[in-house]
Amino acid sequence: MIDYQHLLNHHIKEVKPSGIRRFFDIANEMDDVISLSIGEPDFTTPWHVREAGIESLQKGKTWYTPNRGFAELRQEICKYFARRFHVQYHPDTDVLVTVGGSEAIDLCIRTLVNPGEEVLIPQPSFVCYEPMVQMALGKPVIIETKIENNFRLTAQELREHITDKTKLLILPYPNNPTGGVMRREHMEEIAEVIKQHDIIVLSDEIYSELTYGDRPPVSFSSIQQMRERTVVVNGFSKSYAMTGWRLGYALGPEEIVSQMTKLHQYAIMSAPTTAQYAAIEALRHGDNDIEKMRTQYDMRRRLMVDGFRNMGLSCFEPEGAFYVFPCIRSTGLSSEEFCERLIREERVAVVPGPAFGACGEGFVRVSYSYSVKHIAEALKRIERFVHKLRAEKVEENR
Amino acid sequence: MNNLLELLTENARLTNAQLAVMLGSSEEDVAAAIQQYEKSGVIKGYKALVDWDKAPQKTVSALIELKVTPQKETGFDEIARRVTMFEEVESVYLMAGGYDLAVMVKAPSMQEVSTFVAKRLSTLEPVQSTATHFVMTRYKDGGVALCDDTEVDERRNVLL
Repeated sequence: MIDYQHLLNHHIKEVKPSGIRRFFDIANEMDDVISLSIGEPDFTTPWHVREAGIESLQKGKTWYTPNRGFAELRQEICKYFARRFHVQYHPDTDVLVTVGGSEAIDLCIRTLVNPGEEVLIPQPSFVCYEPMVQMALGKPVIIETKIENNFRLTAQELREHITDKTKLLILPYPNNPTGGVMRREHMEEIAEVIKQHDIIVLSDEIYSELTYGDRPPVSFSSIQQMRERTVVVNGFSKSYAMTGWRLGYALGPEEIVSQMTKLHQYAIMSAPTTAQYAAIEALRHGDNDIEKMRTQYDMRRRLMVDGFRNMGLSCFEPEGAFYVFPCIRSTGLSSEEFCERLIREERVAVVPGPAFGACGEGFVRVSYSYSVKHIAEALKRIERFVHKLRAEKVEENR
Repeated sequence: MNNLLELLTENARLTNAQLAVMLGSSEEDVAAAIQQYEKSGVIKGYKALVDWDKAPQKTVSALIELKVTPQKETGFDEIARRVTMFEEVESVYLMAGGYDLAVMVKAPSMQEVSTFVAKRLSTLEPVQSTATHFVMTRYKDGGVALCDDTEVDERRNVLL
């Protein structure tokens, strides 16, 4: 018998499996489960974008692309960034097309972090940052954001966590799971602190197009003097409903991007060719698609926030992404108990907040990337569940 | 309020309260807007979208192409209006192209559709000719896909 435990890299053994998986496993065992747990658009990729992919296949365009991605795609990315965020990048040197935003995050961390160096990670946030930092032998330093600050990172919190070992700040906004957004003024405060230190910012802006309200989305790289200190990660998954195409990109200073490209070249070669053809079409003719989807998400967002508030759960109003993050403390249950009972008793799947960091305790993540009909039915079930919990509590207190 | 009609065409059973929340408006304003739409004839009614293939009572649908002689003064309007009066008729459109009126008909059997066309429709004076096409399978109706496999949520992500 081979002792695999002995053979495996001990760093990878230390990486915790994702906390979300358990709930998917429970949900998959049951019939009639209404899920509000999925973190990808329910829309399919717009037809004209799919068609561009199909056409490229029909023409037999099935080879590798340049390591950095097609020049045409990189040009379109730069144009998009200039028109949407007013930041100029050079397509030849400052862009790398990656396999989803996730690859770009991983490359950026591995490119910058030396063993023992600290990476600041505001939480609750996307589940990948911490394990990726661990695998780069960096030290994840968690900053717990607070609901009273609308889950934004504040300048003070940032200052308190910076040491002489800090190398990188991950800025995960618009935020999964909270829906929190850093507006320009909040970014400026963070930038003031960054300027005083030798720190690079990894701004994960994958949800930037899903920002609601009158203010257009802001890229951290557009804040004064931040372009040279920021690696922006974005992609096509969320804005164009292209998750399965696996296509993202990084934008940043040439010196960093070229090193990331080296890693990408050895590990990946090039991002999927078909997806790159589709993405060119998306960037050229897809602005309206984004707008349509955003309008739909926005209506569902309001429906959901209102639904939770009506059932007496406090719910912060998210300004971005497609999640709400209601507080379930008033039910007297932990996040995990709440989720497990909800799925068993009312057949609704939502994700416990601590899956996104310990400070997510007391909250659950609810995705509104579902049809209005689906959401309305799920809210009805959750409401029945919450009322039942209240009745139980009254009974106990007697 | 711009999206009110779209929301209603997707799901007419949403309550005014739900509509108001989604549109960032008040319940009163939504009620007033709907009333206005109903009054001015923008909203003509609300009905269930039925997949008749699955319903217990069987029905047959057909598309009938009509070539008609337009009348002085009224053109196609009068004959089109006549056709709308038959209760078998689901919809009537004036078409550009190879024929004039497209008439969708629903009846309990093919026999009844045939009788309707032969005895009542083709006998109208301005009707020159008819061509009847029976519907074999409905894949999408009223903006709703009726084939079952489209309903399955295939998203299986376990990490994000």
